[in-house]
Amino acid sequence: MAIVKHDTVIDNDWITLDAEGDLPAGDVNIIVPLDRWKAEQDSLKGRNGGVGVLLVPGDAPEDIAADLDRLALIAIRFPAYTDGRGYSYARVLRERYGFAGEIRAVGDVLRDQILNMHRCGFDAFDLKDDADTALAKVRAAMAEMTVYYQPTGDGRATAGSLRERRRAGQVG
Amino acid sequence: MYRYDDFDRQLVLERTEQFRGQVARRLSGELTEDQFRPLRLMNGVYLQLHAYMLRVAVPYGTLSGAQLRQLGYIARKYDKGYGHFTTRQNIQYNWPKLAELPDALLDLARVEMHAIQTSGNCIRNTTTDQYAGAAADEIEDPRPYCELIRQWSTFHPEFTYLPRKFKIAVTGAPNDRAAVRVHDIGLRMHQNAEGETGFEVIVGGGLGRTPFVGKTIRDFIGKNDLFSYLEATLRVYNRFGRRDNKYKARIKILVHEIGAEEMARLVEEEWAQIKDGSLKVSDAEIAQYIAQFAPPSFETLPDDDAEFARRKVENPGFAAWVRSNVVAHKQPGYAIANVSLKPIGGIPGDATADQMERVADLADQYSFGDVRVTHEQNLVLPHVKKADLFSLWAELSNAGLATANLGYVTDIIACPGLDYCALATARSIPLSQRISERFGDLDRQHHIGELKIKISGCINACGHHHVGHIGILGLDKRGKEFYQITLGGDASENAAIGKIVGAGFSEAEVVDAIEAIVTRYLEIRDAGERFIDTYRRVGTDPFKEVLYGDR
Ligand code: SF4
Repeated sequence: MAIVKHDTVIDNDWITLDAEGDLPAGDVNIIVPLDRWKAEQDSLKGRNGGVGVLLVPGDAPEDIAADLDRLALIAIRFPAYTDGRGYSYARVLRERYGFAGEIRAVGDVLRDQILNMHRCGFDAFDLKDDADTALAKVRAAMAEMTVYYQPTGDGRATAGSLRERRRAGQVG
Repeated sequence: MYRYDDFDRQLVLERTEQFRGQVARRLSGELTEDQFRPLRLMNGVYLQLHAYMLRVAVPYGTLSGAQLRQLGYIARKYDKGYGHFTTRQNIQYNWPKLAELPDALLDLARVEMHAIQTSGNCIRNTTTDQYAGAAADEIEDPRPYCELIRQWSTFHPEFTYLPRKFKIAVTGAPNDRAAVRVHDIGLRMHQNAEGETGFEVIVGGGLGRTPFVGKTIRDFIGKNDLFSYLEATLRVYNRFGRRDNKYKARIKILVHEIGAEEMARLVEEEWAQIKDGSLKVSDAEIAQYIAQFAPPSFETLPDDDAEFARRKVENPGFAAWVRSNVVAHKQPGYAIANVSLKPIGGIPGDATADQMERVADLADQYSFGDVRVTHEQNLVLPHVKKADLFSLWAELSNAGLATANLGYVTDIIACPGLDYCALATARSIPLSQRISERFGDLDRQHHIGELKIKISGCINACGHHHVGHIGILGLDKRGKEFYQITLGGDASENAAIGKIVGAGFSEAEVVDAIEAIVTRYLEIRDAGERFIDTYRRVGTDPFKEVLYGDR
């Protein structure tokens, strides 16, 4: 297991909690399921440690739109890589609500989906590989394609905008 | 015609190299078939009953002569010398070897073609009117918008793992030849009260085991807003489409379950959030794409050509072909010529390498290098001078490509069925061949008039049987093939799903049953009525009577 973020392997200093059960000490960073956040947010907001929320397919990212400044991390779970709902959740969080913290892909996260995830706003990938393999996979996946047609919030220039720039250059 | 620029070329080459690496990993055993499966599917490679199958995208059914020639070359080099044009305006090769597929894809890339997104739960190849840019009844050429949709949908990062596959069709003409009402999204171009051209958005049509005619969720969306509207619709589908059951995962089920009004509300709500974002396409950018599809340099001609008229009088075979296969063009003195891939007794949609090369040459010679593939599995030369039609016909005849049956009873759509397809419950190709032979006589076909027969080898309905005037569905009953007949289906602007006429027929009975239906129609039709008109007037009863009597 290794988490790759911004081209490096990071330590996981977050604990993912279930729907119920005791909270760890106040300075431990925790990730809670959406329902638990909704039910216990008043007490969770007072913790010293960081708080993150886990979204699973079927959850609505809109439900945490008002709380984003209190959240340091949002984890989005892919129960199977074929379930693509998380891509939409990430784009809504980044592009609509301007969430600037970490969006972590967890679950069935494989090399061949990483580029798409990154384009949708994920910036951390929890892979089931050792650190070296995970980093190598993420790097390879990010380098595989260099032309993008769709504008997303990822900052990559699209083919359309590059063509536009080229035309403007020709004219001016 | 759209030509790739360096961005498009780069993207396809990168993809080809990526797949070469994946095939190498599979051949070395590093990848198991299970791990390789999703990767090959994303490159249009299926595993069929007997071999791998490669499905190549023909974006919105438009090919250049050079591209079609290359498709012929690929048929000869990597297949058994033929290819099969599909109901999605694509081409399939049934016998390629896995190890050679990367080279085949590279040969495709050389002519700006690929197999991207011809499979998988993503946005598939966008289809449109095969007469786009040529049809006399067209409001505007839909291809610039199709090309923009192609780019928007290619490797869309958010929509690569949808609940199920997703098909978009566009028509720029009021006579819908693209079957837009039976697609996941259908776009129908029309003008609003202010005289602007835009699109009606129809969602949730589809065939398969639960056929639906799509519902309109927006009467008019302007061109600049089309892409944000599509993105909003796809996002709603990606988030809320069912994923618990693959047979209920198409957008048609979502629309059916929540209702068209609620669907419209969700899409509008989403669209309101993104409509002023970066997907808004400027008039200037649209103009760039319209320029790419500018009409070829037509000559100024009188609409009538004396030579053409004389040839028709002198040569009944030519006249018959003109009557069925030649369609009005918007430019005076020009015509649209359909090339039938339905020779009597042949396999619908199959073309040999020689035939592909022949049509490519004829396209270069007579049609500004422009060829189209139709969803009814024929080819089209869209811009032929009327004065050239006779020579074109003579050359097509020599190549076995001048069957005068477009839209007639032998112009049958048939899916590959049990001869190739791993999902099939019955054969469809041999049945279509037998029907074709039974009705082969040309005079008889012309006498019967327009009649669309469509055959599917299983409930997945790739042969569009639900929208055949006569639809035939092949099923399996205790190890024996039998065929269920539907009547009254229609894929046009008057889209309708056919009704099952009664109990199915054995393989031995079904051709007689079709003939009985046709004979009945001829007895009861009013002057000028097509089969579908008569059916709409009289319903199924008169046909039940001849099929089942008192049974
Ligand atoms: S309709 Fe059935 S048999 Fe025919 S191609 Fe589709 S899946 Fe195969």
